[in-house]
Amino acid sequence: MIARVVAGLVVVSVAGATAGPSHLPPPAGTISGKVTYTGTPPKMRPIDMAKEPACVTDHPTPVMTQDVVTGSANSVRYVVVYISGGDQGAPAATDTVRYDQKGCLYIPHVAVMQVHQPLEIFNDDPHSHNIHPLARVNPEWNKSQPKGAPPIRTAWDQPEFIPVKCNVHPWMHGYFAVLATSHFSMTDSTGEFSITGLPPGTYTVTAWHERFGTKSQEVTVAGSETKTANFVLTARPY
Amino acid sequence: MRPQTRWLTLSACGAVLLCGGAVRVVAQEAHVDRLTGRAAAGKPLYTRYCAGCHGDEGDSRGENTQWIDPKPRDFTLATFKCRSTPSGTLPTDQDLYNSVTRGFVTTNMPPWVALTPHNRIDLVAYIKTFSARWSTAKPGTPIAIPPEPAPTVQGILHGRELFQRLECWKCHGAAGHGDGPSAKTLTDNKDDPIRPYDFQTGTRFMCGTTNQDLYRIFMTGLDGSPMPSFADQLQPAQAWDLVHFLRTLQPLKTPEATIWRAWFTTHGRELKPIGQEGGGQ
Repeated sequence: MIARVVAGLVVVSVAGATAGPSHLPPPAGTISGKVTYTGTPPKMRPIDMAKEPACVTDHPTPVMTQDVVTGSANSVRYVVVYISGGDQGAPAATDTVRYDQKGCLYIPHVAVMQVHQPLEIFNDDPHSHNIHPLARVNPEWNKSQPKGAPPIRTAWDQPEFIPVKCNVHPWMHGYFAVLATSHFSMTDSTGEFSITGLPPGTYTVTAWHERFGTKSQEVTVAGSETKTANFVLTARPY
Repeated sequence: MRPQTRWLTLSACGAVLLCGGAVRVVAQEAHVDRLTGRAAAGKPLYTRYCAGCHGDEGDSRGENTQWIDPKPRDFTLATFKCRSTPSGTLPTDQDLYNSVTRGFVTTNMPPWVALTPHNRIDLVAYIKTFSARWSTAKPGTPIAIPPEPAPTVQGILHGRELFQRLECWKCHGAAGHGDGPSAKTLTDNKDDPIRPYDFQTGTRFMCGTTNQDLYRIFMTGLDGSPMPSFADQLQPAQAWDLVHFLRTLQPLKTPEATIWRAWFTTHGRELKPIGQEGGGQ
């Protein structure tokens, strides 16, 4: 009996909330946290760009490899954290994601985007690059982009983590993280991330790293609260 | 066919696809000229002639694969080097038929001319059952190749500038010997080492022998390999100039090589060398 009354109250309150004044923004929760590793990660090594003299002059101090970038307290950078189960948010954003080839590096090292979101790839260097996304689910392509060539405009149809490489400069490696969801974030140099604007609900949150793989956990967000979800990835030395 | 009957037929097809479930989703036919290839007819041929290298599942894991370099094509990726279509698109049936017929020089893939044309197109139909992309996407539109102009010294010189500016030499080498600064680090889409074409050998190209084939190779790129598409970078006249220059790098008696060598003996010293410091002019 009591249960039935409580259930009735809940129904009334939910109905009240939906019929209530519309000037209040819908509650939006946040999931934030930090990604760290256990084990022994590979060492970051200086990149030898001797093959491309212009890029050597671009970097007075040698650039370090970016596939595994770790910080203090075992933090990991370039981890894509996204909602893999639960509300998938808005359809593809119309704003363009920019990806640069500059100083023989991909900037950003990992570009996160939604399926069908416009992507523009620039060559800012005074020499050629070939941009070769090694897609498996989406079609793989490979295009030359010489000095001064206009940006390549494209988009991806399927969610996929696509390795990108330049065959001319073998140290150039990057990723296109193409997601079905609009709820995502990427860890910064302190390993921290924050996914905002989440409607109340239960979510599967997945953290992906190009070398350390993926880990997932369930998080329930109610109202406008901020929930913490930390991830510990297992480092593989090679 | 009455609309109702058509609807029934469509639903039956849908049911077959659904029932197929985990089984391959399919494009069951292939067409070249007046020939229609059928996957069912291609399957026994594939098992007999192709599976040893390409694998029963088309995943390039045949029993011979470990001994082969470069590795056989993995049909489950639906990524093909020799196409008439833009980079990132599926090849036409004719492209696949041509590959089966021609084979790939300097690899373990022989020309399958011993099979009848009908056998070959049946094989093409069967190869297309290994990837679902054949049922979700259509082949690209073949790139247009305008008529070839006669080679001239001016055109060849212009092609040489393009070879410098587009940095073909970074892989293919300043003299086209396949020994450019990036040659040794090249890998394909499976991370296996792969060599750029060495023009000095004068052998056939991976995807044909004619000037048109050469034009098509650098305009479409060889998907899966490090060779990119230059279609967005070259106008047709420029592309022909580049074709004519590339021919001069081969030790062959081609019309291009003849007029180039005549000019080169008197003017060769005026040329800047190709390469990092060179202007290629």
